Amino acid sequence: MHPESARSRAAALVDEVRTRLTGNLGSLPVVVGLVIIWAAFQVMNPSFLSADNLVNLTLQCAAGGTIAIGVVLVLLLGQIDLSVGSVSGLAAAILGVGLTQLGWPLVVAILAALAAGAAIGLLYGLLFTRFGVPSFIITLAGLLGVLGLQLKVLGPNGSINLPADSPLVLFATSWFLPPWVAYLLSAFWAGGMFTAAVLRRRRRLRAGLTISPLGWQAAKAGGLLVLCVLAASYLATNRGVGVMFVFFIVLVIVMDVVLTRTRWGREVYAVGGSVEAARRAGIRVGRVYISVFVLCSTFAVVGGLLAAGRLMSVNLNSGAGDTNLNAIAAAVIGGTSLFGGRGSAWSALLGITVIQSISNGLTLLNLDSSIRYMITGGVLLLAVIIDSLSRRSRAAHGQA
Amino acid sequence: MSVEALAPLASPGPVDRVPVLSMRGISKSFGKVQALDDIHLDIFAGEVVAIVGDNGAGKSTLVKILAGVHPADEGEIEFEGQAVQIPDPSTSRALGIATVFQDLALCDNLDVVANLFLGREIAGVALDEEEMEKDAWELLRQLSARIPSVRVPIAALSGGQRQTVAIARSLIGDPRVVILDEPTAALGVAQTAEVLNLIERLRERGHGVVLISHNMADVQAVADRIIVLRLGRNNGDFLASEVGYEDIIAAITGATEHARPLPDPPYRGPRRIGPVA
Ligand SMILES: Nc1ncnc2c1ncn2[C@@H]1O[C@H](COP(=O)(O)OP(=O)(O)OP(=O)(O)O)[C@@H](O)[C@H]1O
Ligand SMILES: [Mg+2]
Repeated sequence: MHPESARSRAAALVDEVRTRLTGNLGSLPVVVGLVIIWAAFQVMNPSFLSADNLVNLTLQCAAGGTIAIGVVLVLLLGQIDLSVGSVSGLAAAILGVGLTQLGWPLVVAILAALAAGAAIGLLYGLLFTRFGVPSFIITLAGLLGVLGLQLKVLGPNGSINLPADSPLVLFATSWFLPPWVAYLLSAFWAGGMFTAAVLRRRRRLRAGLTISPLGWQAAKAGGLLVLCVLAASYLATNRGVGVMFVFFIVLVIVMDVVLTRTRWGREVYAVGGSVEAARRAGIRVGRVYISVFVLCSTFAVVGGLLAAGRLMSVNLNSGAGDTNLNAIAAAVIGGTSLFGGRGSAWSALLGITVIQSISNGLTLLNLDSSIRYMITGGVLLLAVIIDSLSRRSRAAHGQA
Repeated sequence: MSVEALAPLASPGPVDRVPVLSMRGISKSFGKVQALDDIHLDIFAGEVVAIVGDNGAGKSTLVKILAGVHPADEGEIEFEGQAVQIPDPSTSRALGIATVFQDLALCDNLDVVANLFLGREIAGVALDEEEMEKDAWELLRQLSARIPSVRVPIAALSGGQRQTVAIARSLIGDPRVVILDEPTAALGVAQTAEVLNLIERLRERGHGVVLISHNMADVQAVADRIIVLRLGRNNGDFLASEVGYEDIIAAITGATEHARPLPDPPYRGPRRIGPVA
């Protein structure tokens, strides 16, 4: 091999490792934190890491995590949606009333809920872009208004049980992947990732750009495959990998691809980084805001439907309590900045896993919800402090 | 698309007698502040027009009106002889007006490539990152930019490097008129020379260039025509080759009053501007 190219390859590898170590620090603290949390709960209660409990954990994550994906989107714009809990509750109410009292087919009930969510998001978006009301206030009003709407839809009886044989309930509670399907999906995912990397490498080579070593990509894909297969086989000793959880992961992956690979995604980051710069670059900023508010409410609806399916019931408390703050906390804990422009769809998965692990672990320890709330609040505060500190340190290093 | 922006022009063609861009009686106020008052301005293809004036004279406001950032209160804008409205930045860019703002207007969180192509990404279903990165390198190389990597966020660049990125960005999409609001303010000696060099290349290519600067040496080095603004009004329209440094300073400070050119300017085209080939 030519010594020159060997040297440049070595340099490329060093570069790669360096950017991985420094650039991707974003999610590393969360992963470390999660490992510590899991270890601590396992010490306090050996059934925490049992397959049975981990299957529960995955199912508990799906609904809140789906809502958190939407929250990530609004946070990327530097905005907030405080009403995702209420919107998810309204979705559950529409579903319950539609299915049981109006006799709608499931698909119609789901579509009606989605339409309601999109309409609410559209309203927020229009209020925000037309009148410039801060999203904090708009969605605080929305929190109350939509809660009222939920009560109105539910009517006097207030509580509805979903039919136990409804496909939505089965989807959320008792559909699990057979192990071989889980392995196949893992292979598909890792293989897809590797193929994409190889294709990208080929395109870069053709464009005469520097390329990162293929070994790194192979290691990453291999690591992902091993991790997935191990997790799937462990969960398979109990019920297995829930279809609802896979659905959530797919949503995260799709949203991540849309955010990082499409023009719209680029516009979202640009608006979050500097609205004025985005506007002057010719981006139709209003449309970006509106589309994101619509998507956020829509994700809240999907999350609400998943939660209703898992709990098999809809009532005044659907979407109430900690749903709202869990989703918002998850996005922030997962590493999406409150200041806009920084974060990724993956923070929904990471963050909700942290939150639900804490909640699940404390429940196993028979600690009551007063303590649970306080600890979750503390963790949220910690995440926000880390966010602020890292912003300040970026500013100090001239990278704000 | 982008990179040809700097390729030598095949044939200059007959000099176009219609201004590419003209402003007629433009006024703009911010509340009680009259930032621009009855401004007239013509820009022809293949000339560099410098706009000078004290702080607060209204130079950036004028730029922002042309860029679609602010609407004018009164007056007309003509582009290639057609009356146009520029209600928003995308219209301005679509017309072929590229602007480098004084406040740079880059997204700190995005990398160099993303900023260069912001608003005009090369994309099919998905963004074509490789094509954009290739063009980005090519463009920056032509500007002799010293940028360590096009994949670092803008936040990690020095002021001069950011300025270079902002200028490079204006060239994407082959604009007819390039407006630079104090492009050399943050630059070192070598980079300033690069930018001035670049401005000359833009003129050779037949672009109309508007340069706003407080640096008279820069202005006299590249400008064909110098327009003075004072307190939001025209206060002089000079051919650079015929005017001395003192005359410009006097016009800027208000020591001399110059009527703006009549609403129909006394000439219908560039009067022997630069070396005519
Ligand atoms: N967005 C705004 N809101 C209110 N007033 C403004 C705004 N932009 C500019 N002005 C006012 O308009 C006047 C002209 O400002 P402008 O920025 O155009 O000056 P300038 O000639 O570019 O000055 P400088 O050389 O300092 O850049 C100033 O008095 C300024 O205070
Ligand atoms: Mg200015």
